[in-house]
Amino acid sequence: MSLQDKLAAAFQENSTNAAVQNHKKEAFNAFAQQGFPTTKDEEWKYTSLRNVLKNEYGIAPAKTADVSAKSIQPYLVSGVDSYKLIFVDGVFQETLSDESDEFSVQLLSKAIEDSKNNEIFKQQYNSLAKGVSSLSDLNTAFAQEGVLIQVAKSKVVSKPIEILYLASGESSALLLQPRNLILIAENAQAKFIERHQSLTDIATFNNVVTEVFVGKNAIFDLYKIQNDKENASLVDATLVAQEKDTVASVFTFSFGGKLTRNNLSFFQNGTGCESNLNGVTILEGDQLVDNHTLVAHKSPDCTSNETYKGIYGGKATGVFNGKVIVDQIAQRINAYQQNDSVLLSDTATINSKPQLEIFADDVKCSHGCTIGQLDKSALFYMQQRGIPPKEAQALLMFAFCADAVEDIKIPALKQKINTMVADKLGVSMDFDEIE
Amino acid sequence: MEKVDNYGLSYQETKTDKEKSKTYHIDKFQKPKARTMLKIENLHAKVEDNDILKGLNIEVKAGEVHAIMGPNGAGKSTFASVVAGNENYEVTEGSITLEGEDLTELDPDERAHKGVFLSFQYPVEIPGVSVTNFIKTAINAKRKAQGLEDMPAAEMLKKIKEKSALLEIKRDFLSRSLNEGFSGGEKKRNEIFQMAMLEPKLAILDETDSGLDIDALRIVANGVNKLKSDDNAVVVITHYQRLLDYIVPDYVHVLADGKIVKSGGKELALELEEKGYDWIVK
Ligand SMILES: Nc1ncnc2c1ncn2[C@@H]1O[C@H](COP(=O)(O)OP(=O)(O)O)[C@@H](O)[C@H]1O
Ligand SMILES: [Mg+2]
Repeated sequence: MSLQDKLAAAFQENSTNAAVQNHKKEAFNAFAQQGFPTTKDEEWKYTSLRNVLKNEYGIAPAKTADVSAKSIQPYLVSGVDSYKLIFVDGVFQETLSDESDEFSVQLLSKAIEDSKNNEIFKQQYNSLAKGVSSLSDLNTAFAQEGVLIQVAKSKVVSKPIEILYLASGESSALLLQPRNLILIAENAQAKFIERHQSLTDIATFNNVVTEVFVGKNAIFDLYKIQNDKENASLVDATLVAQEKDTVASVFTFSFGGKLTRNNLSFFQNGTGCESNLNGVTILEGDQLVDNHTLVAHKSPDCTSNETYKGIYGGKATGVFNGKVIVDQIAQRINAYQQNDSVLLSDTATINSKPQLEIFADDVKCSHGCTIGQLDKSALFYMQQRGIPPKEAQALLMFAFCADAVEDIKIPALKQKINTMVADKLGVSMDFDEIE
Repeated sequence: MEKVDNYGLSYQETKTDKEKSKTYHIDKFQKPKARTMLKIENLHAKVEDNDILKGLNIEVKAGEVHAIMGPNGAGKSTFASVVAGNENYEVTEGSITLEGEDLTELDPDERAHKGVFLSFQYPVEIPGVSVTNFIKTAINAKRKAQGLEDMPAAEMLKKIKEKSALLEIKRDFLSRSLNEGFSGGEKKRNEIFQMAMLEPKLAILDETDSGLDIDALRIVANGVNKLKSDDNAVVVITHYQRLLDYIVPDYVHVLADGKIVKSGGKELALELEEKGYDWIVK
């Protein structure tokens, strides 16, 4: 039985919330009709799910393995005092997680049943993700677990909220579909760190949807750490709706996993918005990372900054598709986009495509794309000064990534990312000193 | 009776009935023979199937300054690159030794650890890596190769201050990306700053004078002269006699068509300045 058939057989119309039930039904029908995307779809031209879909996935994991606090430690950002929210195989782990009075967390399953959330599920839930792709519809139809996080008006959450989704698959492959809804109220501020991680070598397929609503004058930061095992794949849709005078930033650090597709969308619904999208990808082997970004400038006097850096070795594949839409009313927009790639081998590939659709006339849009190899003369120069080739290469690569890393607002996280970069580049260098 | 001891010094041996003693005559004190730093024999090298060096010989002893001059395209930069170990050039014949040790099989960084330094004719821009961090990394890489710990931060700072003062380099310059947007003169001065930091045994300066105004030339030459000692050697590659007024060579060589075709004292440089190369190179 194909995965799609299996899903059809497993689909249940069982939600007690009428709005959610409706979404489920519609989404399932849409998915059933379209099926999984194939490379015939323009949006999936360079990213084939074929190999990922071949696995025999269990749709609802039979039982959750016991996971100790110690075993999750390596996947948390050490040195960061954070509020932890830990899921294992889609199930929330209360004993491993933190509580806080700085924000409210509800498990999605509970939130749906809570009548005081009725408006949220009528208005916001699935309003951004609906119909975006057959995979986000699939998530809506089957949404397993996840969180509804609300940060109240004018509340500045003092510590980052660190959400860790673990897969503990011991015998059979796992399909996990977390679903999150984050509401940052007017004037509030919150930072998030998010990671999907397999604890075993069993195949996992994470199909994740996160919708974020950023209220007036609020600040939202999300750091995605993607360094999963080689049998783990991730298709993520993160959609951010911004009201007037908001700053929303999403950083994506992709260092591992079999296939990673990031669908990152920003909707600027009010004036004076700033959207920041930074990405660093370092791959080897036959890994693939596909960053599909969308910035929808729907209001005047907004900015967007997009800086993606990629280093590809082995037979790795990178895809970057940066879509920027500027509506006719969105005058005086400043949209910046840059995608730089370095290919370390002849067999690595990068497909980079800026996609600008501009309907306003008073706008500043710049986009650039560079694809290069390591500068051999720079390597010789550095080697001549006594720096061994590996370190020289790492130093060059590190400098190459710097633009996309330097804006990280959490110092310990910046250190962690630097260490991960050094690790990926195969050196043990203290980049701390190398500003 | 005059004799020579194991160290090559002469002494008078006097015998008394019961003891033997040595009396050295200080006025006859001989300087111990300078040891050879760089020795190149019959060096042939090619790049992309073009033979560039065609049997080059040179011997540079500790404490000496050698100048290599010659027409454009003679192979001067190739010589420098080959000694530094640039993989673009293939050595097909001959040997290169530093203090008797064969360099030909060593990687560029290993040669640097042994004390080879090349001031590049065209220093490479390295965006995102500051001058300070680059030189720190270089120094500590060398120390690591020698089994030493990183240089303590305070010592490093002191050294950077001292050497940047010697080359009249300003502080803010040190935090800029290496060579990025530097003027020609700034690049060359930065090369000598790095040389001062690394204290090499053998420094090859490839056209370090080109692009320098007279003041900068004086600063750079002064920097080189301060570093000169009986324990290291300098090879300057230049087009112009001018530099040699400041860095005075013990020997001048003419490199043409991949070989040293003439050698002489410092007066040869003046002669070349006056007559050009045609009288040597037909
Ligand atoms: N990478 C290279 N590829 C091809 N030819 C080269 C390369 N480097 C140098 N050459 C050639 O070698 C010869 C010597 O060059 P070079 O050593 O730079 O001379 P000089 O420094 O004396 O002016 C020139 O004819 C030059 O064109
Ligand atoms: Mg030259």
